[in-house]
Amino acid sequence: MSDNVSVAIKEKVAHLLNRRVGPYNSWNPVSRTQVWQWCTAMGDNNPLYLDDEYRQDTEFDDVTAPPTMMQMWSMRDAQGNYAPGSTDKNPYELLSVLEDNGYAGIMAVSYDQTFHRYLQEGERVHHYTTLVNMTDLKTTGMGKGFFVTEFAEFLTEDEEKFAEAVITYFQYETPKKQPGAKKPGSDIQKITRVHPVENYDNAHFWQGLRDGKLLIQKCDSCATLRHPPQPMCSECQSLNWSTIEASGKGSIYTYTVMHYPEIPPFDYPNAIALIELEEGVRIATQLTDIKPNDIKIGMDVEMVLTEVQDDMTLPLFGPIGSASAAKKKQEQQS
Amino acid sequence: MSVNTRTNNITASDVQVGDTLPEFSLPITARLVVSAAIATQDFQDVHHDKAAAQAKGTPDIFMNILSTNGFVGRYLTDWAGPSSRIKNIKFNLGAPNYPGDTMVVTGEITELNEEGENTIAKIEFRGKNGMGNHVSGSALLQLGAAS
Repeated sequence: MSDNVSVAIKEKVAHLLNRRVGPYNSWNPVSRTQVWQWCTAMGDNNPLYLDDEYRQDTEFDDVTAPPTMMQMWSMRDAQGNYAPGSTDKNPYELLSVLEDNGYAGIMAVSYDQTFHRYLQEGERVHHYTTLVNMTDLKTTGMGKGFFVTEFAEFLTEDEEKFAEAVITYFQYETPKKQPGAKKPGSDIQKITRVHPVENYDNAHFWQGLRDGKLLIQKCDSCATLRHPPQPMCSECQSLNWSTIEASGKGSIYTYTVMHYPEIPPFDYPNAIALIELEEGVRIATQLTDIKPNDIKIGMDVEMVLTEVQDDMTLPLFGPIGSASAAKKKQEQQS
Repeated sequence: MSVNTRTNNITASDVQVGDTLPEFSLPITARLVVSAAIATQDFQDVHHDKAAAQAKGTPDIFMNILSTNGFVGRYLTDWAGPSSRIKNIKFNLGAPNYPGDTMVVTGEITELNEEGENTIAKIEFRGKNGMGNHVSGSALLQLGAAS
């Protein structure tokens, strides 16, 4: 059914694609005031923009606008009006049609901007926009909707293109009932790692880490080492065991680097390795203090006991030297 | 104006692929969100009116995209100095920046290319807040010439 809906809507809006609409003029020429307002809001102290003395040695004579201001010059005013001389055509008529068909939510998902040159005080700009693509109906984490891509051209008075942008929006079906307002921002819940359940079989491992030791199970009957923690020896089926403290030295048996999807609270790219400890058992863990390109199977690594969050210490592994570096850093902090 | 920004001038001989940019930590406040939204000419209520934002199902006002763009530009030139020129910025947007959160921006040089007399550095960057990536993407930055 989605397919039918998708086809029907796409047919309805097809004529609105690939229509170059404009111009949309700027209310004001590029001005020191607006550049200053931008820089103070962004905390941008780049002297190129507002410092006349600094600029004497550059290719610019006048106040220079941060290139990222590209889009704001020809935007609507506080009343929602485009500047005089602008076309009265709705640049986003296609989006309005989608809205009327129940796809009322909109979010920009990506920007790709090319800046051909910086603008200086006194220049007047305008822009044209063309909706160049619309996908079939897609289902995402936000719900069902269409990705719509806009190509915007930013021009000076003599039609010189000083910047251009490809902007993709997701126009999605809003839920019939609005979700209740969530907690205000000051209470944003920090996403943390889930602490594993500690039980009789594995408590020694977690307690050991809190005590600064990596403990490995050893069978009391046949002396076979094992990890991860299990109640029974896989060699002799004995239920009797004790622990030994691993040296924390080992080598990378294999690894993978997670790039996507990015899930908090982990850092990405996230390098996960199976470490062969010098005692002979293997442990899966996260690598630290190393760039993904520098990881090699077989390389020597050492344990860096890391308190990743309150009440959770994990045996991460890094290149030789990272443990002492981490210790030094900790001493400096305390 | 900070003396630092004025004198900073990263040139091609200062850098190599794989170098990381200094981390930039930006506390998100209502003042930051509102002042930047107005500076970018974005008067949509979700960027200055908390009640209106909540009526639309978000917990608070949140940073608009053009502000994100401005902070990315600042991050790049704060590092490379005023003699650098931004050629291209592209990014994907993710978790919104709400007041009370902090966005931490990191970056890495992933390519260095000669273009005539200039060196263009490709910088991959990401701005991460308490909920995940707010912004991630790449930029092309023309580095200043050696003086």
